[in-house]
Order: sequence, then C-alpha cells, then structure tokens
Amino acid sequence: MKRRNFLKACLIGGTTVALGKTNKGWASGSFEGYPEAMGVLVDTTRCVGCRSCEAACNKEQSLPEPDTSFDDKSVFEEPRRPTAKAYTVVNEYEKKSPGGPVYRKMQCNHCNEPACLTSCFVNAYTKTKEGAVIYNSKVCVGCRNCMIACPFNVPGYDYDSVTNPVIKKCILCYDTRLKVGKPPACVEICPQEALTFGHRADLIKLAHERIRANPDRYYDHVYGEKEVGGTSWLYLSRTEFDKIGFDTTLNNEPIISNVKDFLGMVPMVLSIWPALFSGIHLLSKHDTQQEHGHDTESTQEDR
Amino acid sequence: MPSTKLLILGALAIGAISVTSPATATAVPDSITLNQNGKLYQPFSFDHAQHILLIKECSDCHHHTTGTLVLDPNCARCHQNSSPTAVVSCKGCHSSTPFSPETLAEKRAHKERFHQDKMGLKGAMHENCIGCHKKMGTGPAGCQDCHPRNAKGDAFYSADRKGAKPAHAKEH
Repeated sequence: MKRRNFLKACLIGGTTVALGKTNKGWASGSFEGYPEAMGVLVDTTRCVGCRSCEAACNKEQSLPEPDTSFDDKSVFEEPRRPTAKAYTVVNEYEKKSPGGPVYRKMQCNHCNEPACLTSCFVNAYTKTKEGAVIYNSKVCVGCRNCMIACPFNVPGYDYDSVTNPVIKKCILCYDTRLKVGKPPACVEICPQEALTFGHRADLIKLAHERIRANPDRYYDHVYGEKEVGGTSWLYLSRTEFDKIGFDTTLNNEPIISNVKDFLGMVPMVLSIWPALFSGIHLLSKHDTQQEHGHDTESTQEDR
Repeated sequence: MPSTKLLILGALAIGAISVTSPATATAVPDSITLNQNGKLYQPFSFDHAQHILLIKECSDCHHHTTGTLVLDPNCARCHQNSSPTAVVSCKGCHSSTPFSPETLAEKRAHKERFHQDKMGLKGAMHENCIGCHKKMGTGPAGCQDCHPRNAKGDAFYSADRKGAKPAHAKEH
C-alpha cells in the first residue's frame, strides 16, 4: 500500500512540475509596448543646458519652489537625480571635452514594461495606452519597492507627510496634457527642440534617420529603443552613452523577465499545492487508519 | 533732338529704377521683429540687413527657398535648380506648433515626404541663430542676450530664488 501511494504521489508531483513548466512558457511572452504609445526623443547634441524644461515641469506639476533659480548654472557642479520636488533634472557631462559639455535631461523613462509597476503589490502604477507610467497615491502604502526596482533610479519619495507617504515622479504630464494629445510641458518649452514629441514607433525611425544622415554627429545607438524592453523616452548622443551618465550595463530584457518565471509559479503553487499536499496527507492518514482498524479487509484486498 | 530723346529715356530709366528699388527693399526687410507673441521673453528687433552684409549667402539661413545657389551637397540633390518659393520667411515652413495633435496627424498622413524631421519654428530659429553664432564665435548665444525676460518670465524661472539655498542641498 505504501509503495502504491508513493508512486501515486510521484505521478501527481511530476504532472505538477510539468504544469509549472507550461506556466513558465505562457508567462515569458514579451510586450512590445502599445502601438499608439507616444514618446519623446531627446537629442543630447542639441541641448544647451538652459534648464527651461526643469522650470516648465515645476510650474506644470505645481512643485515646490526650487532651492535656487532655474537659470543658476552652479547646479551643474554635481550630478543630480530626480526627486519628489523635481521630476526632471539636467546634468552636465564631458565638461572638458573639446566639443563642449554635453547636457542630459533625466526623468522617468516610461518603460514599456515598467519595473516599478511589477514591484508594486497594491497596483499603484498603470502603463496607459498613451505610453505614460502613472501612479495612484491613494492606494500607495509607501513601501518604496518601486524605488529599488527602477533601473533608472527615478521615483522620488515625499517624506514631508508621515501620514500620507507618496512616491513622486514624472507622469509625462498625463493628467493635464498627454491625455488630450498635447506634448509634455518640458517638450513645449525646449528652445532647441532637443526634445521631439511623437509616436514612439515614428520617433525610433526618426532617430535612426538622424544617425544615418549625420554619422559624424551621432554615436550609432538609440538608447531606450531596446534597453529593459524599451522605454517611451529615447536618446541620441555624440559619444558613448556611459560617458553621459547612462547605464549601459542594462539588459534588453524587461526587468519583469527576471521574476516572470517565479511569479508565474505563484498562482500554481498557491492553488494546486495546498490541494495536492492535503490530498497526499489525507491519503496517507486514511491508509494508516485502514491498516490499524480494518486489518482483515485490507489483507483480503491485497490478495 | 536725339540727345534730348536720350535724356528723356535716361530720365525714365532712372525713374523706373528708383521705383523698383523701394519695391525690392520692402520684399527684403531690413529688420524683423522676432518673438512677437513671446510669453516669457520680450519681443526684439533682428537686424536682417546686417546679416545680409555679413553672410551674403541667403541659402545659409533660407535653405533652398530664395532661389539662390544651394551649397549643401545633400540639399543640392533635389534643390540644385529649384525655383524660389512663394514664402521665404521661417514661419512659412517651420510650424509654430510642431507637436500638436493636428501637426502629428498631418505628418503621419504624409509618410512619403522627405522632410519628415523638420524642426518647429522655435527650434529652427534657436538652432540656426545660436548654432551659427557659436560656430563663428560672434553674436549673442545666451537667452537674454537676444530677448530680455519679462516679469512673467522671471517668475517662471524663479529668478528671485537664485542662491536662496546652496544648489547642492542634499535630498534624502
């Protein structure tokens, strides 16, 4: 009897593992982004570091007054990152380069498959069909998993309120502009048209065409086209991207791929395993009872 | 008698020239007021005449629109012999709303067009002016060197906050 049960358990176990594998197969299909998603192409070769985008963002999103005015160039002395009080910052690189310094605007890149969204267990994040990654502060519990998950170190945390902690980051001006088809405030203010707004698919073509037409002006890569599964913000540069503060070690696989297999297992484990193991437990218990209580019957059955 | 005829003819000819020259002068303005609808910066006068004297080649700024020789070999592929266009001014081709839903839809409807990546009016002017000024090492290149900011602009750039706190106050 015991041997038979063991074999049964093995059979069921094997099927479960096989099921688990199929689950993995379903889960790993990748998302290329919404077809009508918008995006912004940043041509760092055009940026003059005027910081107008920072000012426009501050006003559009009603952010607190800055520490210093938006035409203060001393902020370039140290690299900055987006915070809860400034959703976008411009940093200066290649300061001593003969071609002059290079400026690079930083903000949420609005990933096709956002890691912040994946890491959030209360579903505070949404990737809209327009391409924006927006955030619902009403459901956020302030766990800050998204800050750790983000490959670009973007989400900022507002510490000012103890009772209502909120994550703050660029939302591509979704509420006030993107929703009605208007470009984000930073794009509209840019005097150099270093920021080009359009459909992400069109911008990728545009970016490659700029490289093709001016091979001396650009390094042959469009950052954000493939990185972490693609982002709504795309970048062109004169030099290698790691020289102007970009993380070039990021994989082309979306961050979710690292956990997809595991997450795909969760429903299976939660739904099948309890039933499976309680079944095995009950079976073995039943058998022991049988062995003790109905000894004669079982001997007969065995014959 | 023939000498008087010649004189009259000569006088007529001079008259004709003096009539046509103001006509051409109005077609090529000596100065243009730029940033007329500026919200953050004041309008300013652009000295067109001085730039004509300095640059000489109209195509340097006006590309193929004036009918003068196009020097860029890439542009010359199509515009070697193209005739002058009806509108020569920047705003005739460069849209003041390059990213509006209407402009984007119009762009998508004409994917066969070569000039897909045409800059908007503001971008084109800034890049043309500042780009050349930097290349030549002469001429204004800073924002307020051309157009001083107005009161609204000062508020927009939080000008009164300059140095209010050290620029690198540590964020958490």
